[in-house]
Amino acid sequence: MTSLVIQATKYVMIVLIILYTLSTYHYLRMKTHKRRNRACVMQLFCMFMLHLTGYLAITLYTNQVSMVTFYLAQLVFFILYLMFFHIFYRKASRLLINNTCMLLAIGFIMLTRLNVDRAVRQFIITVAAAVVAMVVPVIVRKMRYLWRFGWIYAGIGIAALALVLVFSMTSYGAKLSFDIGGLFSLQPSEFVKISFVFFVASMFQTSISFKRVCVTTVVAAMHVLILVASKDLGAALIYFVAYLLMLFVATKSYLYLLGGTIAGSGASVLAYKVFGHVKTRVQVWKDPWVDATGDGWQIIQSLFAIGSGGWLGAGLYQGMPETVPVVRSDFIFSAISEEFGAIFAIALILICLSCLLQFLWISTWMDGMFYKIIAFGLAAVYGVQVFLNIGGVIKFIPSTGITLPFVSYGGSSIMSTFIMFGIIQGLYILKQDEVDRIEQEEEQERRRQAVHAQRYGKGAEGSGKSGEGRRRNPSGRGKNQKSK
Amino acid sequence: MKEEEEILQVEERTRKVNREIRLAGVLFVLMFIATIGYFSYYVTAKSKDIINSSYNARLDTFSEKIVRGEILGSSGEVLAKTVEDEEGNETRSYPYENLFAHVVGYSASGKTGLESSANQYLLTSHLNVIDQVNNELSEVKNPADNVVTTLDPYLQQLAYDALGDYKGACVILEPSTGKILAMVSKPDYNPNTISADWESLISEENQDANLLNRATQGLYPPGSTFKLLTTLEYIREYPDTWENYQFDCEGTLPYGDAVMSCYDGHVHGHLNLRLSLANSCNCSFATVGQQLNLDSFHALCNSFLFNTELPLSMEYKESSFVMDGTSGLAERVQTSIGQGRTMISPIHNAMITSAIANGGTMMSPYLIDRVESSDGKIVKQFMPSSYGKLLSASEAETLTDFMVAVVNEGTSPSLQSDSYQVAGKTGSAEFNSNKEDSHAWFVGFAPAENPEIVISIIYENGGLGGSVATKGAKALFEGYFSRKNGQ
Repeated sequence: MTSLVIQATKYVMIVLIILYTLSTYHYLRMKTHKRRNRACVMQLFCMFMLHLTGYLAITLYTNQVSMVTFYLAQLVFFILYLMFFHIFYRKASRLLINNTCMLLAIGFIMLTRLNVDRAVRQFIITVAAAVVAMVVPVIVRKMRYLWRFGWIYAGIGIAALALVLVFSMTSYGAKLSFDIGGLFSLQPSEFVKISFVFFVASMFQTSISFKRVCVTTVVAAMHVLILVASKDLGAALIYFVAYLLMLFVATKSYLYLLGGTIAGSGASVLAYKVFGHVKTRVQVWKDPWVDATGDGWQIIQSLFAIGSGGWLGAGLYQGMPETVPVVRSDFIFSAISEEFGAIFAIALILICLSCLLQFLWISTWMDGMFYKIIAFGLAAVYGVQVFLNIGGVIKFIPSTGITLPFVSYGGSSIMSTFIMFGIIQGLYILKQDEVDRIEQEEEQERRRQAVHAQRYGKGAEGSGKSGEGRRRNPSGRGKNQKSK
Repeated sequence: MKEEEEILQVEERTRKVNREIRLAGVLFVLMFIATIGYFSYYVTAKSKDIINSSYNARLDTFSEKIVRGEILGSSGEVLAKTVEDEEGNETRSYPYENLFAHVVGYSASGKTGLESSANQYLLTSHLNVIDQVNNELSEVKNPADNVVTTLDPYLQQLAYDALGDYKGACVILEPSTGKILAMVSKPDYNPNTISADWESLISEENQDANLLNRATQGLYPPGSTFKLLTTLEYIREYPDTWENYQFDCEGTLPYGDAVMSCYDGHVHGHLNLRLSLANSCNCSFATVGQQLNLDSFHALCNSFLFNTELPLSMEYKESSFVMDGTSGLAERVQTSIGQGRTMISPIHNAMITSAIANGGTMMSPYLIDRVESSDGKIVKQFMPSSYGKLLSASEAETLTDFMVAVVNEGTSPSLQSDSYQVAGKTGSAEFNSNKEDSHAWFVGFAPAENPEIVISIIYENGGLGGSVATKGAKALFEGYFSRKNGQ
């Protein structure tokens, strides 16, 4: 009986996530607040129903009342989170808020199914991270001088990464994190990617001269090399690709893009030849069956999980995702694919893509190089990370060992993703402020003109039109500022 | 007007094109689409083969929810089934015991044969939804799908008896489709008692390799059966003159420092190419071999699937043909008569023969005809598939004519029959320097004009001249046609 209900919940969840995904893209296409709000209501409905359905299945299967409590705790968290934004950050991007909740909900359901203790821990960290990240938009909005600290960002970043490298060398193994009080292990590369983006953005804010590009590239390369040396290949790749793209957007130079790509390819070949662990990853990707019980084990188990789930999934608790090593963090996508099905998993990829598109759109809206590069850099970091994670899990590309933002287990990952999304929200709000200000000024201008027209009794219609014309293209001022 | 005012102010800015960011955006979208594309491709096309691996722990747990399906003969005979005792313990039962040991395989700690290659079907249920729900509610396991094979127990028994106590293997194919009608390997084992017998089967004292399926995994020198390919190469190299080929056999032929001699000191006298094959004249083929372009001969053998993967969904060993332009005289002569370093599996020899029988087209051999749900609905039907046209229709016709001559005018008169015409070729494959130690081969088909079955049979240590193999083939053809004519 239980398994029939679980099969039913499986289909319900597939329908809900499809509806959710459709409405995220509907949101991105819509041009008016009213229609977007309608899409948001749909998203929230699907999100809450999917969360409820998932925990219904979990509760039925485990037969534990504590699951109901856990569910309610999460429900309260989601409601408070949404309310907080509604009250304090009315202008924030609702799509990103909803996506955050959806991705977290999917992660919670899967983690609870895999390991309840870890899920509870993840929930506590999530609440803490959400609370801390609440202040991020205010900081971005108010502290207009963040672009001055370029070298400080670089110093902090390199110091933190180097510290990890030193520790990992002394402990004879790939260790990417510090333990803090046993509860929480801090993985600096997750946070340094943010300071890295800030560093690059502030360097290019003031100049994109050849000299400045060289200096920035050297410092960026230091980040990447330290990461390669500490065997954090996924992070190294993220930093590299994000830097290359930021450089391209800042300088608009295809030459840099081409040169960087060639240099990167050369460096990859070199890394393949020099570093044993790089070689192993690539060989496992090419043919995991050569060493099926050794190095190839993880990816083979992941492929078993995804393949066994098929399009519709096995249903919660009906698969064996626990056979996949590190399924909770780096390989959670294969667990989701096995039990919720490939359709669900593709919808998940599309939700991540909608976050990325929102990031990119925000970066096109920003005036000023600093904010533009930050929004774009974070988009690149996020996009590359999602691609590396999912591509690695399905053996599309070699596995690099990187988390899926908001879904994977891992405190540092959750924390840094919250901060990233917070910064983007801050930028979005910043932009909305500016638009509102321009709109207000125009409103005043219109009123003045109306009064003027009334007073002189002619030309009212004509000046109204010209006001509209200006409103359509309110970028004059921002443009002047930027070009300096 | 109202609507227009609602238009989001911010987005008007996007009209100010930001080309580089958009380009990067397009790049990302393409990356994601490619990921989704690969993912879909994996789930749809590739995953079935991959998850059917012994490293996949899920396969074991399927059996907790599902009763393993049956493996059936072509007319529904049960070759393997799962039986449950009063206490609910399931065991796998093989009613024919040793008869299908290798081809059906076993499902114990490991899996072999069809039990392995059809594992996924045998663990998947396509029972109708209502019955599945009913079973679920009454906590009865769902029966998995059954696999209907192409195997014909009657022919399997004939082949099994024909091999007798010899070690060896026999494969019977339907040349027009590639259906494997029978596949026997000896010595064998009883799959019903495999767990109990395991230790003794794999012990070092046991030199018989009972578990090896010699039909696909046994490699033997092809002996004189290889002269078919030597003949074909000669015909291809001398398309205008091969019909004028002349040879006078004196029983021996010196070459280099050695001497080639015909079987049993026979002196075949005046021969053309057809009679050279019919009499399996070693001296004549040693001469033919010296006139061949070895690189082109190597290419021909590769096109006949030597040194290449076979289109088989079961475990097998690749056949090998080593000789090429760099080889010396001795190897050239030895290889042309089927000795030397050439190695072939019985199923591969059957496939080559079936290409000749099928007008030049080789069909990919297959064992599973269809998968049926436990209530008899067809879940998946396998269709014959052509591997390729390996020789032209006229080449196939010529070789068939030569193989008929083997029976009517050459080495195998015992295969003559009033009711059907056999085309075939015998062979004895020497496997060490002692000429007495040789494997006996026969490959052939009947009726020659419209072939229905292809036989490839080998007797290890069967002695010279292939007379054991001819006798076995005779029994098979007689059995096949007496059943056919009796019906």
